[in-house]
Amino acid sequence: MPRVLLIEDDRAVREAVALALGHQGHEVAAAGTGEDGMTRLRSFRPDVVVLDLMLPGMTGLQVCREIRGVDQAMPIIMATARGDEVDIVVGLEAGADDYVVKPVQARVLEARIRAVLRRATTAQVADGIPRIETHGDLSVDRAGMSVTRQGVPIALAPSELRLLLTLSASPGQVFSRQQLLETVWEHSYHGDARLVDACVKRLRSKMGEPAGRPRYVQTVRGFGYRFGPR
Amino acid sequence: MKAPIRGRIRPPQLRGLRVRLVVAFGLVAVLTAAATGTLTFREARTGILQQSQDAVIKQLRARVDRLAPALAFPPSESELRRFAVDVAAGEQSPARRVLAVYRDLSVTSVPGDPFEELTPALREAVRSRPFTAFQRVRDGGRASLVVGMPVTFAYPAEQGPHTSGVQVFLTVPLANEQSYVDALVTAVERATVPALALAVLLALLAARGVLRPVRALRHATRSIAEGRLDTRLTVDGSDELADLSRTFNETAAALETSVAELHDMEARARRFAADVSHELRTPLAAMSVITDVLDEGAARLDSETATAVQLISTETVKLTRLVDDLMEIARFDAGAAVLHLDEIDLAESVRRTLASRAWSQEVDARLPEPDVLRGRVDPRRLDVIVANLVGNALRHGARPVELRLSAERTGQETQAVIEVWDSGPGIPDTVLPHVFERFYKSDTARTRTEGSGLGLAITAENVHVHGGTIRAANHAAGGALFTVALPLRRHGDRSAGGPR
Repeated sequence: MPRVLLIEDDRAVREAVALALGHQGHEVAAAGTGEDGMTRLRSFRPDVVVLDLMLPGMTGLQVCREIRGVDQAMPIIMATARGDEVDIVVGLEAGADDYVVKPVQARVLEARIRAVLRRATTAQVADGIPRIETHGDLSVDRAGMSVTRQGVPIALAPSELRLLLTLSASPGQVFSRQQLLETVWEHSYHGDARLVDACVKRLRSKMGEPAGRPRYVQTVRGFGYRFGPR
Repeated sequence: MKAPIRGRIRPPQLRGLRVRLVVAFGLVAVLTAAATGTLTFREARTGILQQSQDAVIKQLRARVDRLAPALAFPPSESELRRFAVDVAAGEQSPARRVLAVYRDLSVTSVPGDPFEELTPALREAVRSRPFTAFQRVRDGGRASLVVGMPVTFAYPAEQGPHTSGVQVFLTVPLANEQSYVDALVTAVERATVPALALAVLLALLAARGVLRPVRALRHATRSIAEGRLDTRLTVDGSDELADLSRTFNETAAALETSVAELHDMEARARRFAADVSHELRTPLAAMSVITDVLDEGAARLDSETATAVQLISTETVKLTRLVDDLMEIARFDAGAAVLHLDEIDLAESVRRTLASRAWSQEVDARLPEPDVLRGRVDPRRLDVIVANLVGNALRHGARPVELRLSAERTGQETQAVIEVWDSGPGIPDTVLPHVFERFYKSDTARTRTEGSGLGLAITAENVHVHGGTIRAANHAAGGALFTVALPLRRHGDRSAGGPR
């Protein structure tokens, strides 16, 4: 079963979330501070991190950046309290894959965990599609879940990778933010499109796209995004 | 709180303070000038005339006294004429004429002089009494002084004067004296005009002195009425108007303080609601995450405990929704509600809203073709709007519920119009104006509805934050009809969201 590292400062919430996730069959390690969380990350080796953004001492944002510093592929779901909306975009840009707003029901959190894990593990290789595609100087290995540019591997977070795989599967096709929310994040049509925008931003920066004139992930104003080397 | 008071356009103030002051000052000036002039004129005229009159009489008396002894008695006509001419010769001006009368004899210093100035009354007065008499006569434009005196004999002195029967009349034209008087009248008239002008000027100055503070007061009052409660007047001087300005300032300050207190209280009340919701988040976060555990575990408990556990679970979910809604409302109140605009196909959005809540079969949705109605909206907020309206119709109205989405062009702007119409009894007229109010309960007996009581208030806020309008009405064919109009911005109308 998936191993979840929960970093949450409030004892009651921490215990309740651990209880609920344990009830769903997850193996849960809980940490009350960011520092403790970083220690547990190394010892517990989780499959996914659920991270509260409002932490005493080392903040959730710092924890998120630090995790990304050691493991780009670690799925991170951040939890924010309702009303602290400003944090969401910053958290997403710091590298979180998804977010939930507390109070949250266990099944919603569970669904998010499942979705982000699917992003990290699913190899979408349909029949007839070559295992490795080349787009310009970009090589996408769908089965091996890796991307290289001019032979140099690019370390991508699960949602960044899944976004790139989705877009590059149909070069030239325009995807609306809502479509991407549904296919990449498994959110509803009316979900938060800032997830998509923040992820595109991170993806472009990791791929070394020139600012203002991206080569691979292009903005189609008023419609969404498309993949197309130019 | 702002009263929509605008200054009415008034007709020119004929009865205004300025006009009244000018008229009053003018009247006073004219009356004063007229009274002064009249008095001066009368005194001066009397003085001038009296003086010349006295001089004339004195000279005449002296001459008559000198010449009379030489007059033979009873005089012949020629002697009388000589006497008259002699008397007249002593006068300074040839225009002064003399008439001498003795019994039936009547001679003039100028031959053939009709001596018209002499009135019978004067003639009678001189004849009947041994005193000098005079009369001013005005004949046409010329004024004359006519003096009559009987020639008397002084001796024997002890018997007193007795008349000789000879009477001398002298007519003196008063041309000189008249011109003095005329000059005086002209002078008075000329003085009146500058006096009047000065009075008007003074009146205007006085009016300005009064009107300036009055006008300032009027502007300040209007400014207060328009909501600028920090309006104050500058107080100078210590007259009644300065007192009034001071009172105005005190009143305005008191008003500002109480309004600020009211605002403060309202803000505190709202902040309290927001703070309470905020504080409830953490315990609710712990509670709501384990409702699923409770629900699943309830099956293994005895029925009493199971019911209690399920009750806690469902009420926790409701409480969470209520707190969510309260915090949403608090964000609107704080002006912190942010629009995350994205250009989407509105028909698709509405279809998804219905589908995600399993309402597709329950609602008769009349939507435009795909990609016909595109616009920049906040998809999450549009979802809330549609879901709340349809949910409300399904809960409080009756099926069938109809939803219609259409485009409406008004001038340059296109609006998306969403109509949700149920087949229930409609909304009572007394309730209709309050449907968008928070926690408004149409039925006071029913203390709790299924929703939080904030659904329609949040819907309205979500519509307004888009710059749209929302209306509740009763359909002519029965049932409640909610109409939402959202302005449809297209890409390029505003900066696009998301990175380029």
